[in-house]
Amino acid sequence: MKTVIGKAGMLALGLSASLLAMSTSVSAQAVNLRYLCYADANECDVARDLLDRFEKANPTIKVTVDKVGFAVIREQLETRLQGGEAPDMARVTNLGGLNKYYLDLRPHVDAANWEGNFGTTLPWMRVGADDKGIYGFMTQLTVTGPFVNKTMFDQTGVKMPAAGATWDDWAKALAEVQKKGKVYAGMVMDRTGHRFAGVSISYGAKYFDASGNPSAVVDDGFKAVAERMVQWHKDGLMPQDLWPGAAGAKWKNAGDMFINGDVAMHIAGSWMIQKFQSDIKDKFEWIVPPQPCGPAGCSAMPGGAAMVAFKSTKHPKEVAKVMEFMVSEPILKEYYERTVQIPAHKAIAEKGLTYGKEVGAATQAALKQFTADFAKISPVAHKLQSYQRNVAIFNATVNYVAQAITGTLTLPQAYAKVQEEIDNAVKK
Amino acid sequence: MAASSLNSWVAGAWKALGDLLDGPFAAVQRHIGAHRMAYVFLLPNLLVFGLFSFWPMILNFYIAFTGGQSVILGERPLVGFENFRELLDCPSYLDPKTCPVAGYSFWTGLWNTLFFAAVQVPIMIVVALVTALILNRNIRGRGLWRAVYFYPVMLSPVVVAVIWDWILKRRGILNAVLDDAVTGWNGFVASGWFAPVAGAVLALVLYAGLSRLFCRLNAICRLKWAGVLAIGLAALAVLSPGTPALLTLAEYRPVNWLIDQRAGWPMFWVIFVYTWGHLGFYMLILLAGLQAIPRDLYEAAEMDGTSKSRAFWRITLPLLMPTMIVVLVLSLIRAFQVFDEIYVLTGGGPGQATKMIIQHIYESAFIGDAKRYGIAAASSVLVAALLMVLTLMQLAITRKRAGG
Repeated sequence: MKTVIGKAGMLALGLSASLLAMSTSVSAQAVNLRYLCYADANECDVARDLLDRFEKANPTIKVTVDKVGFAVIREQLETRLQGGEAPDMARVTNLGGLNKYYLDLRPHVDAANWEGNFGTTLPWMRVGADDKGIYGFMTQLTVTGPFVNKTMFDQTGVKMPAAGATWDDWAKALAEVQKKGKVYAGMVMDRTGHRFAGVSISYGAKYFDASGNPSAVVDDGFKAVAERMVQWHKDGLMPQDLWPGAAGAKWKNAGDMFINGDVAMHIAGSWMIQKFQSDIKDKFEWIVPPQPCGPAGCSAMPGGAAMVAFKSTKHPKEVAKVMEFMVSEPILKEYYERTVQIPAHKAIAEKGLTYGKEVGAATQAALKQFTADFAKISPVAHKLQSYQRNVAIFNATVNYVAQAITGTLTLPQAYAKVQEEIDNAVKK
Repeated sequence: MAASSLNSWVAGAWKALGDLLDGPFAAVQRHIGAHRMAYVFLLPNLLVFGLFSFWPMILNFYIAFTGGQSVILGERPLVGFENFRELLDCPSYLDPKTCPVAGYSFWTGLWNTLFFAAVQVPIMIVVALVTALILNRNIRGRGLWRAVYFYPVMLSPVVVAVIWDWILKRRGILNAVLDDAVTGWNGFVASGWFAPVAGAVLALVLYAGLSRLFCRLNAICRLKWAGVLAIGLAALAVLSPGTPALLTLAEYRPVNWLIDQRAGWPMFWVIFVYTWGHLGFYMLILLAGLQAIPRDLYEAAEMDGTSKSRAFWRITLPLLMPTMIVVLVLSLIRAFQVFDEIYVLTGGGPGQATKMIIQHIYESAFIGDAKRYGIAAASSVLVAALLMVLTLMQLAITRKRAGG
């Protein structure tokens, strides 16, 4: 009897040990990665869908997509990175500003393929000439620019300015539309210095001195647009809801005003295309006109969001595997198509994208226009986009120009404070 | 039967638990003495306080004397009073525009907060007191009303702000109601109902006025003549061709309640919403204070023929004063901490009109490219010092008045 019990005990012990060993080996192989993602429309959902395929092909790697608001990326991510509570990957827009936290993927990825296809945008994530790191890829390439409610122009009988028209021409036409159509406002700009920069570069703003430092941001080009912003708000052409409607550098999107028909022009960018397509539907006809111009050109601001990896990750190889999967041509092509983005991948861009049937004619035309605008972007705009401290420039712009609009500061006071804040940020 | 056995089981379990704990506590008492046992019982609370209140305060104080942009203490260089100098180095504190950018933001936030506290705290105390006095009376549905007034306190400040944003934004409920009211009124004026309804109302009002006038002028009241005259005048006024045009209101233009600075609406609504959200808390404290006042004092006053207003000023208010001081100190401290509601409602705008000191601290630390934790911490230290001075002043004045 004792022997039987002893044998049964041994058997149970053996089984338990083997089960324990199996579970230990599985848990040792299973890697959980976290991807912090914000979305303008369906970007995180499409990423989730594609990552499901990745997980199927790589059962030992799980990727959790943490979908958050843009404010979390903008305001909290860096603090988390400093505190060691970072995700493994994130979708970010402050490309150069977070450089010191990035994981260099070169040891784990096909660097030549990355350099060949993302050569234009990889420098946006680098700092300094010696930095050759590969840190991530652009999930979207964006171009700032205006969206126009064509139906309002048609209904009021106002002639839409043609290609090559200046911002002043547009302001005049929009004021007429506003008056005739009894529209709440003629034009609105998102509350961010990034949108302002595209217009000011068209008016000749240089942003950098000869040695490449932002020591004299407030030049004649910058002032020309700041003065216009103040005047346009005073005239009621621009609504009080956006730039004057908050303090500091608080970011505000004016998309809902455009969707609700409160305004005839929304100065935003290509990332809004999908939202406008899905939310406006056939309420009215909207278009993206050719980029309005200033005396120095018709420049937009480039930009976009990149999926980057962080060096605080405990699983760099697995992270690199996820990134390689995401930039593989068919996957990335599908991502760009389903999220309706301008491709940042050279080969994909050359072959062209086939957007789905649900992508209407307005969207196709808008994408075409923004892609054409991208080619005309001023070198100053590219330099500003890749400048590590560009967020400081954008924030100072919106903070103090908005105060000049409300009358809290005079324009000269605002100019002095813009430069002082930029100097502080660069110094610190 | 089952209930009594459950009760006895619970009592037994409690006793067993007590016996189990008795041994270690008795041992500790033998070791440190009975007079020190109070500290043993305070220890868990002290640990929680220490970890979540005192330790962050010490950290904040340390960070106020450091520079750099890292959140890691070891990576932050000591800079002495540099952060304080940057905040206080200003040609005129009364005109923050003259200050460098950090001081400009700090002093703007501080003056706005002082204004907010100076206006909001008295309003909060008066409204909370009036509400508490009403709800202390034996009115119908008293429990329901108490719950209604306390309900907003249970809501998150962000929820409060979002609800009011729905009401106050340009396409919000308030503008929709006002627009409907104006449209409805103009529709009524243009309709066939206007003449009979407005005529009848006007005639009644005129009759009330004229009949009194006639009674005063004549020894005998000629009510019939007053009625005839009232009807005549009302008919004349209502049927006059210019009347509808005169009474038709201009088309309602929605007001941007949270942005239109011309009439000071943003600050008004910020104070209103904050008071609405926090009123219940202070009302509850005052209600408890009111219920602690002995009833016999009022009965004695009533027997002496004291009027209700005199009883309020001579009995209620003096006896409620200690509770009022608590409410005053608490509401002042919380007014200085105001952030969530305003940040969601107005974002501190328009311009800098509703930017409070905590928004300055938050934005210095977390918004923007340069995370200026040192400036944020130094600002917090300065605000804490100011609050401490204000609180001590209040206590000193109160003690002086109480003759203490």
